Amino acid sequence: MRPDHKRTKGELNMAEKKKHTTLSGYELKRVYTEDDIKGKDPKTQLGEPGHFPFTRGIREEMYRDGRLWTMGQYAGFASAEEANKRFRYIIDQGGTGFSVALDLPTQMGYDSDDTMSEGEVGKVGVAIDSLADIEALFKGIPFEQVRQIRTTANANSIIMLAFYVAFAKKNNIDPNTIGFFLQNDILKEYMCRGTYIFPPAAGVKLSVDVLEYCGKHLPHWTPIAVSGYHIRDAGATAAMELAFTLADMIEYYDAAVKRGVDIVAATANSYFFLGAQLDFLEEVAKYRAARRLYARIMKERYHVTAEEAQRLKIFAFTSGSALTAEQPINNIVRVAIQTMAAAAGGIQTFHASSYDEAISLPTQEAVTVSLRTQQIVGYESGLTETVDPLGGSYAVEALTNAIEEEVLALLETIEKNGGALKCIEEGFQQRMLADNAYKYQKSVDKKERIVVGVNEFKDGKPIEPAQFTVPEDVAIKQTAKINNLKAERDNERVKRALAAVEKAARNDENLGEYMIEAVSAYATLGEICGVLKEVYGKYTPMKIY
Amino acid sequence: MVKVLIAKPGLDGHDRGAKVVARAFEEAGAEVIYTGLQATPDEIAEIAAKEKVDAVGVSLLSGAHNTLMPKVVDKVKEKEGMDNTVFILGGIIPQQDIPGLMEKGVSGVFGPGTPLDEVTEFTFEQVALAKAEDMAEQALTDMANKASNI
Repeated sequence: MRPDHKRTKGELNMAEKKKHTTLSGYELKRVYTEDDIKGKDPKTQLGEPGHFPFTRGIREEMYRDGRLWTMGQYAGFASAEEANKRFRYIIDQGGTGFSVALDLPTQMGYDSDDTMSEGEVGKVGVAIDSLADIEALFKGIPFEQVRQIRTTANANSIIMLAFYVAFAKKNNIDPNTIGFFLQNDILKEYMCRGTYIFPPAAGVKLSVDVLEYCGKHLPHWTPIAVSGYHIRDAGATAAMELAFTLADMIEYYDAAVKRGVDIVAATANSYFFLGAQLDFLEEVAKYRAARRLYARIMKERYHVTAEEAQRLKIFAFTSGSALTAEQPINNIVRVAIQTMAAAAGGIQTFHASSYDEAISLPTQEAVTVSLRTQQIVGYESGLTETVDPLGGSYAVEALTNAIEEEVLALLETIEKNGGALKCIEEGFQQRMLADNAYKYQKSVDKKERIVVGVNEFKDGKPIEPAQFTVPEDVAIKQTAKINNLKAERDNERVKRALAAVEKAARNDENLGEYMIEAVSAYATLGEICGVLKEVYGKYTPMKIY
Repeated sequence: MVKVLIAKPGLDGHDRGAKVVARAFEEAGAEVIYTGLQATPDEIAEIAAKEKVDAVGVSLLSGAHNTLMPKVVDKVKEKEGMDNTVFILGGIIPQQDIPGLMEKGVSGVFGPGTPLDEVTEFTFEQVALAKAEDMAEQALTDMANKASNI
């Protein structure tokens, strides 16, 4: 900075900042040159787009053939009927997929009338108690226009699978024609997200049941989206995000291989669900490193030669923790930057958050802006016209290598200590996340990191009231629905189906078919989970902070 | 030493904020107990009374605050010697819900982005006030007792 340069109001002296670090703490150099990628052969490190190790993307043409990423929105709240309206709106507006957000009781296996569900019914997503709710949820949806339906089903993923299959069968739809996308990643729930039901080992068993069932019967479904998103939002660095995700994946895939599951069939459609944070270059590098690491692990650890199973498909979701309640309109810009990073990083499915999400669930207007943000990046920015547009940038390649190296080191530590499950049981990942989250908050408090509108450039205005409110009567309506259902259904059939689920669980069989029969008989989610708790027990949470 | 219970009632699993605030209290010199996820209001009250905490910090991001927070406050205050406990709430709490929560006995509500010092200093101040109130009440009782002895 020139000594005579006068700072204008609202311009910070960046030289006062001690370090030039990325969000994950990598120190950035003034300038990057060929010296920074010395010893790394571009042929083996990068390869061609669409080919091993897929650093430059999983398709030769990427977005150039007009096929942009699947644009989805996280929607689903209150009752199935309300959520149904929002889904139809999204499809009408040109969306090609949507997410069924489930409320917390549904995610944790409680019916809406359970005392544990008090205050939570229909709050962060839709309440699903039985197949009757799924029927209301999907009423009149033009399935031929839907490319992907995502569900945040983890502890209950085998039951959600059963709901969807039972629904499709009842309506004479081939379940394989709908691209259902299950999250089905239980391990990160113990690490950070918190919607577990059973102890971790049983949780892994059920996740692998889904992998096995889809591999055999539902090859077009996505049986798992191993999730780094929540890990990142719980405080991880980019390297921790990838390392913990890959370690979880290894836990599932190893278990699947042990059962004799065809790993190519079971995982060819699987995804990684990753965050999209604000540090643009670092995020681009992260997606590139993720693909290279995945391809190499599939090849070296699982001896997979089929390219379709070496390709890592990425579902990116803009980081909720990057949104601010202060000056919420600014979040549109943040989301746009995150969207650009994801596009330059070559992702396959994307969700852009709505600008008002730090205040409440998003309003329709905000949801539309976030869809338009994706469309503007996709169709107007030019970023999608060339494949891996930042490939070859010294800085991006150096960051890609740095993230990869750190991930490999962390993976080695986890493997040495018995793998992801064992480490989670001991609280290793939880401890690292808590430490890093605290470190980050301190750096914001000390203004080492600037968050516009929060610790600098404040306008002093109070936080705006929430525009979106959830009706409080959902629990009452759901309870009435459950009571009617229990009076009308064939209770003998329910009993038999639940007994069969319990027996299969005790015999350690794959529970898929038993679950489909149970939900077809209109057994409730709570009833099914109740039976499984008898077999597996309940998880007691850790208290690490 | 000030004793603080950080609690996560309900089914909400977003505990980054709760953990960061717990650590901040510890670093600011308080003794901290963390409930872990899915604590029921009864369990929170049990722990609060058993540990004789000065303040209970509740974290809620699932939208269940209007149902759960008043329950936590009532259950804790029902316990013997706990009616001057300080309650703070953190999470995504819509502005329009705050007055109602304050009326129910919450001293402060902190949204995302609040500096940690602000949370700890506010709480310590409230605890000091509550302790002073306790002492004043005690003094009045003592005086009344003495008076009746005369």
